[in-house]
Amino acid sequence: MFRADAQEDDMQREQLESAPTAAEAWPDQIYDLLKQHGVRQVGLVPDAGHARLIKRCLADNDMKVVSLTTEEEGVALAFGAWLGGEKSVLLMQSSGVGNIINMLSVAIAHRTPCPIIVTMRGDFGEFNPFQVPMGNATQACLEAMGTLVKRADRPEDVAETVNATLRLAFNTYRPTATLLGQRLLGAKTFGK
Amino acid sequence: MSGTTHNLKRMYRFDLTTRLVAKLKQEEAVIGGIGHSNFDLWAAGHRPQNFYMLGSMGLAIPIAMGVALAQPARKTFALEGDGSLLMELGCLTTVATQAPKNLIIILFDNGIYQITGGQPTPGAGADYVAIARACGLATAAWAANEAEFERMLDNALATDGPHFIGCKLDAQGPKAQTERDPAQIRDRFMRGMGTKKNRTLG
Repeated sequence: MFRADAQEDDMQREQLESAPTAAEAWPDQIYDLLKQHGVRQVGLVPDAGHARLIKRCLADNDMKVVSLTTEEEGVALAFGAWLGGEKSVLLMQSSGVGNIINMLSVAIAHRTPCPIIVTMRGDFGEFNPFQVPMGNATQACLEAMGTLVKRADRPEDVAETVNATLRLAFNTYRPTATLLGQRLLGAKTFGK
Repeated sequence: MSGTTHNLKRMYRFDLTTRLVAKLKQEEAVIGGIGHSNFDLWAAGHRPQNFYMLGSMGLAIPIAMGVALAQPARKTFALEGDGSLLMELGCLTTVATQAPKNLIIILFDNGIYQITGGQPTPGAGADYVAIARACGLATAAWAANEAEFERMLDNALATDGPHFIGCKLDAQGPKAQTERDPAQIRDRFMRGMGTKKNRTLG
């Protein structure tokens, strides 16, 4: 048991310490931005596209990473964090955006930051028919609820876009989102 | 403290809320869930550390957890109704996993959606304390009566949590209605939390 844990730790350390290629550096760039902005709470429902960023956050003792049962909880967590004096960010997949529509009212009505980084599905070369309806509606749903949405589809655009999303949220007190396009993430195939 | 719903007295929410507020001497945070939970918190006497939810049914506990994680030295209460908890039952597992020591959940269980006309909830036969325990909140318990509610509050204020206190309610309505100005509610609460300090002008 101990050996297996140690091996897993070694593997994780190797993954974290090995330098990614330029095209894959964007998750580390997002992590660096979260640190620059002083983000202390990270609420998330996991998505494969966020895997490296989640690992970086989990490895950081100054960040409280909260795995949520539904993205709705995350909007509340972000709000409570702000009331208590801490900045936060939410990580979710585009399908999760569908779960938070009504709850975005919290940040709108109370005028509080709610930055969201969304990994897209149903967007560019999707293989799963079920991901398409929500993926196709993600930006429209967010914007209908007053969220300021920016997209990044190329690795070189990610840092600038996420930085804009964080700045807009923390400086203008509203929900904001960066959509990380499936073109950037690569369409999942599950080995097909 | 009881782990079952047998022989539980049905209590008056405004009376319980008044007893709670009377015990708060350390600027403890209180998040009042939507509807009558926050109406009676307002009626019990406004404090700068009170937050009143006007919407987002089910989020009182997750909001309180955000506050509790941000300010670990401050005891933070969530007052949530049973109908609201049903909207976000999963949050009990999130609380159990994060285990913020300063978080205290008070469940007001009347078995109905009182604010919309008293329709029974689909969980009217559920034992929310048993659910909370099974989610990992091992010390969750029902308060059998008012005196026990006060003892459980004393214990929750004096010991590490997270704590979960269940209260069965009678059918009495709320004492007053909260003023509905979300920006003001947020601003006052942040000043109560010490997270906003600039003077209000005019």
